[in-house]
Amino acid sequence: MTGPRIEEKLFQNRYLVDAGRPHIKVRAHVTPSAALASLVDACPAGCYAETDKGTIEIVADGCMECGTCRVLTQHTGEVEWDYPRGGFGVLFKFG
Amino acid sequence: MEQERFDAIVVGAGPSGNAAAYTMAKAGLKVLQLERGEYPGSKNVQGAILYADALEKIIPDFREDAPLERHVIEQRVWMMDDASHTGMHYRSDSFNEEKPNRYTIIRSQFDRWFSSKVREAGATLLCETTVTELLKDTKGRVIGVRTDRSGDTLLADVVVLAEGVNGLIGQRAGLRKELKPDHVALAVKEMHFLPQDVVESRFNLKGDEGVVIEAMGTITQGMTGTAFLYTNRESISVGIGCLVGDFAEKRVKPYVLLDAFKNHPSIRPLLEGSEIREYVAHLIPEGGYHAIPKLTGDGWLVAGDAGHFVNAVHREGSNLAMTSGRLAGETIVWLKRRHEDCTAANLAEYDRRLGESFVMKDMKKYRGIPGLLHRNRHFLDVYPRMISRAAQIWFRVDGTDKRSKEGQILGDLRKTRGIRGLVGDAFKLARAWR
Repeated sequence: MTGPRIEEKLFQNRYLVDAGRPHIKVRAHVTPSAALASLVDACPAGCYAETDKGTIEIVADGCMECGTCRVLTQHTGEVEWDYPRGGFGVLFKFG
Repeated sequence: MEQERFDAIVVGAGPSGNAAAYTMAKAGLKVLQLERGEYPGSKNVQGAILYADALEKIIPDFREDAPLERHVIEQRVWMMDDASHTGMHYRSDSFNEEKPNRYTIIRSQFDRWFSSKVREAGATLLCETTVTELLKDTKGRVIGVRTDRSGDTLLADVVVLAEGVNGLIGQRAGLRKELKPDHVALAVKEMHFLPQDVVESRFNLKGDEGVVIEAMGTITQGMTGTAFLYTNRESISVGIGCLVGDFAEKRVKPYVLLDAFKNHPSIRPLLEGSEIREYVAHLIPEGGYHAIPKLTGDGWLVAGDAGHFVNAVHREGSNLAMTSGRLAGETIVWLKRRHEDCTAANLAEYDRRLGESFVMKDMKKYRGIPGLLHRNRHFLDVYPRMISRAAQIWFRVDGTDKRSKEGQILGDLRKTRGIRGLVGDAFKLARAWR
């Protein structure tokens, strides 16, 4: 199936990435909860991916700071979520 | 800056934070406003519609220099199935008035303008500053904030939490609970640019006239949500949003859903040839009245999205944000003038004023709707399909006599929901609406 590529959408956006200081981290795990696994689809920036080992990893560079992953995994504690440091992260041109 | 004391600290420079900061600064209070973005608006997302009435009550002559896109003269509400839409359109020349009622806006531009007014009024704005926690005294009263600027502490008599839907500060301080996945919608949106004359001819507009479309139906693939398309001066905002819990359960990718909506045969021609310049995502608090958290306490109060002030039925939010921000500011000014402290008991005046305003009256009126839609997902799926099938039967001329066509439509209603189901749905809706 060829769907829309998220990279192409995010390419239009402006970011100031805080290199080496990601504002979202996935805690080490062996088997992801259903909530964590759902982020592979639910994240609007496609930041989450499943690894070969069946764990979930995140690359937060394209994050739009919406909070969907935080809301979905609050009860499992698998995701550490903070706002980026002041000035960093997504910079909406139009919003 | 340590130990410099302010009358009020406002966290956030969106519509509610700007309304609160402006109101207090204008009245002569010493106000500090903190914004984590590079500039006000750089983290903010909305459709976006500006409701003149709410802003007029803060800045009466805003039309003189605010960056407005188009004033809305036509509202379309579309029920969609996979191939069609059944629409209710209301277009009126009476919306072409001296002081129009609703405008489309582009938030990053509008928020910067609003913020410039806040600073003109005398407030101090500190951007690129993320508030990390609330400071409390030994009795638990909020006395200021800590930021990520080398652990600065900033003190004030009261903190206005206009921190938006992801209200981390208030949550971490235990002032309110986490958002529930069924109380919050995820909306994604794109900005499609087109020449101004193309926008105008495509939507039958002249000058600054604008059209807004709100759409529901099979476009949300069985999830609770709506889509929209708003005309700006030389761009079109197109987006779709559904409950976060539904996205997780159905495992639908938000951007795939958006692209399917854009490719719907009723939408695609409206966007033809456009250049996409941004893709954004944001949460919308849609839990309604029952999801509103505690709004006041010792030394703090909450305004805007952090207070869950969104009327999901009418797609209103920014006006509730501005109004709650203004009422928060006015309450603090009122207490200052009476030389009274910002204690929980005194700030309860804000709850009282909100209760008398349209903000809480509307939230209360529709308190049953979020639960209703969540328990009855067929409202946004079965009915749009049914209406579409009925219209198809009714308008297609194929040699079938009209009485038989009526029979087909009624038969379809019976088969899909049953008389009992139809009556039950009507009753449920009426009860939640009243």
